[in-house]
Amino acid sequence: MAAGFKTVEPLEYYRRFLKENCRPDGRELGEFRTTTVNIGSISTADGSALVKLGNTTVICGIKAEFAAPPTDAPDKGYVVPNVDLPPLCSSRFRSGPPGEEAQVASQFIADIIQKEDLCISPGKLSWVLYCDIICLDYDGNILDACTFALLAALKNVQLPEVTINEETALAEVNLKKKSYLNIRTHPVATSFAVFDDTLLIVDPTGEEEHLATGTLTVVMDEEGKLCCLHKPGGSGLTGAKLQDCMSRAVTRHKEVKKLMDEVIKSMKPK
Amino acid sequence: MEGVMQTDAKMRTESGAESSPRAPGCSLRHFACEQNLLSRPDGSASFLQGDTSVLAGVYGPAEVKVSKEIFNKATLEVILRPKIGLPGVAEKSRERLIRNTCEAVVLGALHPRTSITVVLQVVSDAGSLLACCLNAACMALVDAGVPMRALFCGVTCALDSEGTLVLDPTAKQEKEARAILTFALDSVERKLLMSTTKGLYSDAELQQCLAAAQAASQHVFRFYRESLQRRYSKS
Repeated sequence: MAAGFKTVEPLEYYRRFLKENCRPDGRELGEFRTTTVNIGSISTADGSALVKLGNTTVICGIKAEFAAPPTDAPDKGYVVPNVDLPPLCSSRFRSGPPGEEAQVASQFIADIIQKEDLCISPGKLSWVLYCDIICLDYDGNILDACTFALLAALKNVQLPEVTINEETALAEVNLKKKSYLNIRTHPVATSFAVFDDTLLIVDPTGEEEHLATGTLTVVMDEEGKLCCLHKPGGSGLTGAKLQDCMSRAVTRHKEVKKLMDEVIKSMKPK
Repeated sequence: MEGVMQTDAKMRTESGAESSPRAPGCSLRHFACEQNLLSRPDGSASFLQGDTSVLAGVYGPAEVKVSKEIFNKATLEVILRPKIGLPGVAEKSRERLIRNTCEAVVLGALHPRTSITVVLQVVSDAGSLLACCLNAACMALVDAGVPMRALFCGVTCALDSEGTLVLDPTAKQEKEARAILTFALDSVERKLLMSTTKGLYSDAELQQCLAAAQAASQHVFRFYRESLQRRYSKS
């Protein structure tokens, strides 16, 4: 009976739940789905992480290569993220060149990640980190999962020591000595969906995103500074509603940071 | 009706309500708008903000491909062409932002199973490009006669390393800024329709930028009203 109603009137079905301040999967309006993270699973990559946010599964692999530093910033390297949404993850994506959703997600990630200390020799040689983020299962809230996966993978990256030989001017790589990256900011994304122009729910699933009238993503770092406030259109929001979102984003940051520290600690003895 | 008119608009707005020793008086650059300059599209507009200039054309409501049609609303499509080179990932991201902003405002339910296409061409980029695109798109939609529930405008704020707020930054100010925030606000209640930011900033700075943008948007909407009044009151 309920399944029939859900198919015919999905929005009304959702409204019935929202009136009772909960959602069909039993969560509160401000509750996230169960987050699990697994790092270092891809041995051929320099760093990797797998993040599951409920059913949404995203895997990130990082490969490091050499490149000449950018001319306008000779003491920095490159971080090149690429988000791939293959037909495997959802029926809405077709195979072929990246669709709009994948491109928007790639641009979003590129805007958040700061260029870390990736320089080997200023003006001559630096690291470039190619980050491939692939979605294995799409059930909404892809941006949060991608950001978290990228951050966890960056924490897992181990770069070998590189010295420039004075005589030959070639780089010598010492694969025995590896060191972790020095990551200064930890951006954590929190996504919201706006329903009927008034109600805000956290961590929308695929169906909720489809029924929502707007979405909002807040990216915060540990000092409470905002890295990004991404609201791609949709219903208008007042300043007060934004404040609620900020406070929820702060608590989410703490949860994610705790989870990541636990995982890193359990990995360290290797 | 060839409404070719340029309106000068040099506005001055005060920065947020804080009494800290910051430079007062953030001013928007000189605006100009020209409508109905292209003969093929149903509506067109050219918006100038300082040296940044964007040309917009709107086709619609028109025929839509069966694969793209939505049974109860109009399908909105935005195409943004950069000045040089082929459109890339950044353009796709901006197209999505502009499209979602327009979708929130355009009364698509009045024209189901049709398509409304907004084509934007960047003529020159001297800072605040996304805001200029939004303004041009709004003026072009009005020129095409597409029914909307409100007008919208784009405002860009830049925060430099000391925390000084600059509205409508030039390309140089954008490069030196610590954070750049672009907002789209609607004309009825000044609510935030779209926001995209780059760089680090605090919550208080966000509220300050939002307040400054809301004050600036008032001037932009007044400019819209004046330019449309001038166009339609040919006596």
